Amino acid sequence: MTTSHVDPASGEALHEVTLTVNGMPHRLRVPARRLLSDALRHDLRLTGTHVGCEHGVCGACTVLLEGRPTRSCLMFAVSVDGASVTTTEGCLEPDGGLGHVQQAFQDCHALQCGFCTPGFITTITAYLEDNPDPTEDEAREAIGGNLCRCTGYQNIVAAVLRAADIRRERAAS
Amino acid sequence: MFGQRIRRVEDPRLLSGRGRYLDDLGHDALAVAFVRSPHAHARIVDIDVSAALAVDGLVAIYTYDDLDGRTSEPLPLLIPHPTLNQGRTPYPLADGEVNHVGEAIAMVVASDRYVAEDVVGLIQVEYEPLPPVVGLAASRDGDALVHADVPGNVAATMVQEVGDAAAAIAAAAHRATLSLSIERSASMPMEGKGVLARWDADDESLLVHTSTQSSTSVRQAIAAKLSIPVDRVEVVTPDIGGGFGVKIVHPWPEEILVPWAARRLGQPVKWVEDRREHFISSAHERGQLHEVEVGYDDDGRLCGLSVRFWHDNGAYTPYGLIVPIITSTQLLGPYKPGAYRVEFQSMYTNTVIVTPYRGAGRPQGCFVMERVMDAIAADLGIDRAVVRERNFIQPAEMPYDHGLMFQDGRPLVYDSGDFPASLAKLKALVGWDEFDSFRAAARAEGRRVGIGLGCYVEGTGVGPYEGGHLRVETDGSVVVSTGLTSQGQGHQTMLAQIVADELGVEMERVRVTTGDTRRFKYAVGTFASRTAVMSGSAVALTARKVRAKALKIAANALEAAVDDLEIVDGQIRVKGSPGSEIDLGSVAVLSNPLRYAFDAGAARATQFAGPVDPTAPPVPEGEQPGLEGTDYYSPVGSTFANGMHAVVVETDPETAEINILRYCVVHDCGTVINPMIVEGQIHGGVAQGVAGALYERMEYDDAGQLLNASYMDFLMPYASEVPHIEIDHLETPSPLNPLGVKGAGEAGVIPGSAAIASAIEDAEGFPITAMPISPSELFALRAQHPRARHPSRKDPTLSTP
Ligand code: FES
Ligand code: FES
Repeated sequence: MTTSHVDPASGEALHEVTLTVNGMPHRLRVPARRLLSDALRHDLRLTGTHVGCEHGVCGACTVLLEGRPTRSCLMFAVSVDGASVTTTEGCLEPDGGLGHVQQAFQDCHALQCGFCTPGFITTITAYLEDNPDPTEDEAREAIGGNLCRCTGYQNIVAAVLRAADIRRERAAS
Repeated sequence: MFGQRIRRVEDPRLLSGRGRYLDDLGHDALAVAFVRSPHAHARIVDIDVSAALAVDGLVAIYTYDDLDGRTSEPLPLLIPHPTLNQGRTPYPLADGEVNHVGEAIAMVVASDRYVAEDVVGLIQVEYEPLPPVVGLAASRDGDALVHADVPGNVAATMVQEVGDAAAAIAAAAHRATLSLSIERSASMPMEGKGVLARWDADDESLLVHTSTQSSTSVRQAIAAKLSIPVDRVEVVTPDIGGGFGVKIVHPWPEEILVPWAARRLGQPVKWVEDRREHFISSAHERGQLHEVEVGYDDDGRLCGLSVRFWHDNGAYTPYGLIVPIITSTQLLGPYKPGAYRVEFQSMYTNTVIVTPYRGAGRPQGCFVMERVMDAIAADLGIDRAVVRERNFIQPAEMPYDHGLMFQDGRPLVYDSGDFPASLAKLKALVGWDEFDSFRAAARAEGRRVGIGLGCYVEGTGVGPYEGGHLRVETDGSVVVSTGLTSQGQGHQTMLAQIVADELGVEMERVRVTTGDTRRFKYAVGTFASRTAVMSGSAVALTARKVRAKALKIAANALEAAVDDLEIVDGQIRVKGSPGSEIDLGSVAVLSNPLRYAFDAGAARATQFAGPVDPTAPPVPEGEQPGLEGTDYYSPVGSTFANGMHAVVVETDPETAEINILRYCVVHDCGTVINPMIVEGQIHGGVAQGVAGALYERMEYDDAGQLLNASYMDFLMPYASEVPHIEIDHLETPSPLNPLGVKGAGEAGVIPGSAAIASAIEDAEGFPITAMPISPSELFALRAQHPRARHPSRKDPTLSTP
């Protein structure tokens, strides 16, 4: 991390940060106070990650930091220099098709406006790595830290179970 | 396609991160932040920007004094009403006085949002605080005034009466009075508001993206306020992260100020609301107090009903009286009230404005009417479902005219519904008649349970109109547009289903655009559960029109009679005669006689391509080139959906914790286009109903500070708070529109507080008169009702510890 640059508009010192996002290395220059969520969305233009509160409560901004669900609105980009980040864009299949959680969301009508969805996709993706065969109660528990104003959660719970099925089917084939 | 659980066409895009919400656009635009009032009521003495001017990256600071032309006037009063004789609306930036915490005072434009907020922090505003009016009690006693020129803080008083309610109540065998209240909540979409404006100086035109529920009307408003010819303004709604009513209000101050600044600066300008701003400067709803007098006979039938209520409209009334008018009319639900009188006063307070939030006054009305039903049942010792049955409007009485005026200025006439059938379904679904044995078994384990009921009727699909445009392209794809907007309801899918059926094409060939004034200029907006009814019908009529045109052209080409043709999977063919067919794309080519062959398809329509009738013009008289059409749907009155919810709760005998064990819904929205989407709407609505019953309230202190203006403190439910929802449908088609649909967007939320209050009352044995209710409030109520016993259940063993 170096600080030899200055933002021409605001005069702020810029720091060079290296991030591996969805498998792709990126080098970017950001002010020290740049949130990871803003760096992903506005510097890297990966707008699949959303911000619903910017105070760590809603979970819409959840990304996987070294594989662990993390609220990107509560992190500075400079503090994760060198880290590997997975966003909802990174949860797609290598061929660009919907990943198992994303496919389950469509199958179960687990999204309406889609604004909260990226945080659920990343959270559930990580959850199923550790808990590949959850019960319905466990599925509800797994999404208990994310807010959705549209769906009433019932179809998201169903999607967790469906995603587990698709994950197994895809692993088998 | 109609009636099938089709997976949504929106989803692959949204799921793979390719959605385009407001803040996903205009990454290089200048950013806006606002100085907002920290006081509920104050005069602005001075605004000092000197400390802010040195900040690198600052582009502009604007205050009221900078506003010019019509931007310096108050924002429009969107829905005037003859009784709203003290309507007040804010200025885009405060002109010397602020009337709620969060009102915008200065606008900062800077190179990015971080810098803009730095500048906001450096602007010094000197205030002279005025006495704040917070809550209906303070507003009603009128000691302090929100607007000095509005006596008693009364924005409007409105009365409607059918028959002589006072006389009917006085003459009734039994009478009761109830005092009922509901707290404030808010739409609270996960995406707040936001506006991006780009001024094209060469073209002298404005392109505005805004997170709205009414792009066509925002366009008109911007043109009027900025004095730009309306054909130089286009407004596009990108993907919207939820609306639930708050985004139907327009133009928000920011929807005027951001385009105004973009034109002034000659650069793209963007404002994205943050969560605290959404709490303190958007809109709330629900806060009302109700006083009810009711008279009824020995069987529990209503003889007369008189309701007075006070509606807290906040600091301004941009959306008129829509919410209290809806309460005053939709309160009646599926019942015949006998004589009915309703009077409301819409009251100013120094709080955030009140405009429709999903349900829009109906949850309050339903709560009032259902509390009345339960009170009658309790008084007479009749089963609560039976009291309701006895008061129902019967199917044979449809259409049923209440003799009142509805929110659309038209008579309140129910078009359809079978309330006894709905209740029978609900009783079967929840096991109403078997509940006593469940209660006894639970009690044997030391548990306390109760069952409750809530019935509602919802005026949906209000006019005045919506339209649709449909064009078949020469490749056979079908592009459809409608003017109203989409906030996550799956309109693209639902409308594509309708078009696919009407036109006879595969759904994959249909692409639907909503809320883009470049594509469709005439529309009203997305509110009042109206999209399926209004745009669905408009798009169906449009598809029929285009189908007729296609058949005419194809009949000519196939040398067949129109009546002998059918369209299957985009192929027009002679019924029962395989081989003779033409695809819709080719018909589109033929519909547009060409001179220039820009591709192989077009070559087929050029002047030397085939036989010519020299006596007829290339475009037949009365026809237009292109396989396209536009049509509108404008109904004489609203459709009326209905539904009934039953809830089983368990209340902890020690802690008063309230748990929902079962939540059952019977729903009648007429014919169902996509049951998967309708159920999704109900799930989301029920979650908001539960939220309003048990969790959400706006905690204002006496100074008018909103103490819980964050997701941390405002208790929006997570998955752990929302019960599993069981749904059964009843379909009584509306006779009013070509599809028989009635709208489903708001349904789920309406009876939440009514049904949950009913269930808690049943569990506890004393009346529940105020919602939401928290465990500590229930605990306090227990202390007030030490020997509670619920008369309607005739259960001598039910008592509180
Ligand atoms: S935006 Fe990060 S938790 Fe809400
Ligand atoms: S789908 Fe809209 S907030 Fe979850």
